[in-house]
Amino acid sequence: MSVVTAGAPQCPVHAAPPAMPAGHYSFAGALRSEWTKLRSVRSTTWSLVATAVLTIAIGILATGTEAPRWAHTDLGDRLAFDPTSLSLAGFLFGQLAIGVLGVLVVSAEYSTGTIRATFGAIPHRILVLAAKVAVFTGVAFVLGEILSFASFFTGQAILSGSTPTAALGQPGVLRAVVGGGLFLTVLGLFALGLGTIVRHSAGAITAFVAIFFVIPLIVEALPSAIKDAAGKYLPDNIGATMTTVKQGFRTDVPTFSPWVSFGLLCAYAAAALIIGGVLLARRDA
Amino acid sequence: MIEARGLTKHYGDTTAVSDLSFDVRPGLVTGFLGPNGSGKSTTMRLTMGLDRPDAGRVLLNGRVYHDLRWPLREVGALLEARAIHPGRSAFDHLLALAQTNDIPRARVSAVLDQVGLSAVAHKRAGKFSLGMGQRLGIAGALLGDPGVLLFDEPINGLDPEGIRWVRHLLRGLAAEGRTVFVSSHLMSEMALTADRLVVIGRGRLIAEMPVAEFIACHSRQFVRVRTSKTTELTRLTDALADAGATVVDDDGAMGVTGMTAADIGELAASVGVTLHELSPQTASLEDAFMELTRDSVEFHVHDDTDDDQALAPGGGDRRAPVKR
Repeated sequence: MSVVTAGAPQCPVHAAPPAMPAGHYSFAGALRSEWTKLRSVRSTTWSLVATAVLTIAIGILATGTEAPRWAHTDLGDRLAFDPTSLSLAGFLFGQLAIGVLGVLVVSAEYSTGTIRATFGAIPHRILVLAAKVAVFTGVAFVLGEILSFASFFTGQAILSGSTPTAALGQPGVLRAVVGGGLFLTVLGLFALGLGTIVRHSAGAITAFVAIFFVIPLIVEALPSAIKDAAGKYLPDNIGATMTTVKQGFRTDVPTFSPWVSFGLLCAYAAAALIIGGVLLARRDA
Repeated sequence: MIEARGLTKHYGDTTAVSDLSFDVRPGLVTGFLGPNGSGKSTTMRLTMGLDRPDAGRVLLNGRVYHDLRWPLREVGALLEARAIHPGRSAFDHLLALAQTNDIPRARVSAVLDQVGLSAVAHKRAGKFSLGMGQRLGIAGALLGDPGVLLFDEPINGLDPEGIRWVRHLLRGLAAEGRTVFVSSHLMSEMALTADRLVVIGRGRLIAEMPVAEFIACHSRQFVRVRTSKTTELTRLTDALADAGATVVDDDGAMGVTGMTAADIGELAASVGVTLHELSPQTASLEDAFMELTRDSVEFHVHDDTDDDQALAPGGGDRRAPVKR
């Protein structure tokens, strides 16, 4: 300070207020922060490893048991055989692990209390949720597609020589393989929405398991008229449809087309995220 | 500068904070004092926009928290100790915070150094002691070099060395011209650290004044008097009452207010009572604080006891909470 005012007050004054950059906190900063959070805890690694191991291992198991049986398979089953779908059977189990990660992205902030620091740094809560969604989508999509293609090629290699195999150039095959990664991603987003609504890890994971594993069991036990009407809305049938070339190979109920099924899944995820977002903005943190 | 105006918050049927208004000025440490459950943490959360007030608002340098452009560069807060993911390192915890407000990475190392956690910066925070968790929380508050700082019970879990460190830190921050608002339920600690006090009980403002004034207003002075025999005690008590003094039981001795020690001595001699003790006393600040907030605490207990009136016939004669 070059100018000293005579009679300046003796009380302490913040001589040089800390330099404040122009602008405002932003989505870019929120994205970087969420990426740091995701990569810096072991539970992320374990969820991703569990997803990968379950998906690939079940795919290997499914194709490995089918290959030696082919000689005894009857004509009807041979005609319905879908080597693509069989190799992607592991996604049914991998979804559980990615669901846990999706839930934890939000619920872990509540269980550890870091949510208050997070909202203290970014008071615009929807911006926080959007950043979490973006980072999780990126991670889940990359992992999902890698797993999908890896499962496909591993499965075809195991089936090769014993049964007919699929190639990416055949009609519907690429769609089914890409569909595996998309299914995993959007399913994880649904779980993230659930985590935002429920806020407690255990509660949200229980809800997720109930929706994906318990409700299908209940529907299975219902009279066939109801089962046929409701079956196509169930997430596990949506997943089977999206990863199948010859529809009906892994489902025993009428289903929507693969892309309509995918649209429905997106609608589920969007609904969970929107409800979660509204609650997030309204509730006390 | 923090300005709370008419702040009110209910959680269900419970009123956590009721029409609370106060100012926290820059350049001073302002102690936020109240018994446990009096609404201190609620006020802190309302200040940061984490909970939504039912009425009123808090302005930070003239703005509500939600409108701050770079919240961490304007307001730093320690709300709870150990609000850290146990699997994340102290460094990554602070880095994730820094990135939200475009705070340079070097600042993370700087604040870790400032709070003495550099050596464990890359260890998983789940292994931290409560005291280390507090230090990490303080580091988070200092991260954006903010002009306003909120600390909720910062000395909880700290050892004497740590307590002295926090005291020094808070005074230093205020000396730099920052606004420092620190909550505590320990009057004695606030007497050492704070310049001003905001005292609440049951969510209501009880007092807002400089610490020195608080001490002057609220430390009760009395004279402790001890006699040799019970009969003499009775005789002296009557004489004191006649002279207009007030006598209360003080742990087996007499606590006399309204007369100086010299006058009491003269009086005792005139009625022929031998004194074993005649000593002027000043009640501690802790006592003053307890005295001041007792009604609000008592009232709180009464509130929760539905059958209280049936048990005590005089239960209807409740004392109203202190209002100023």
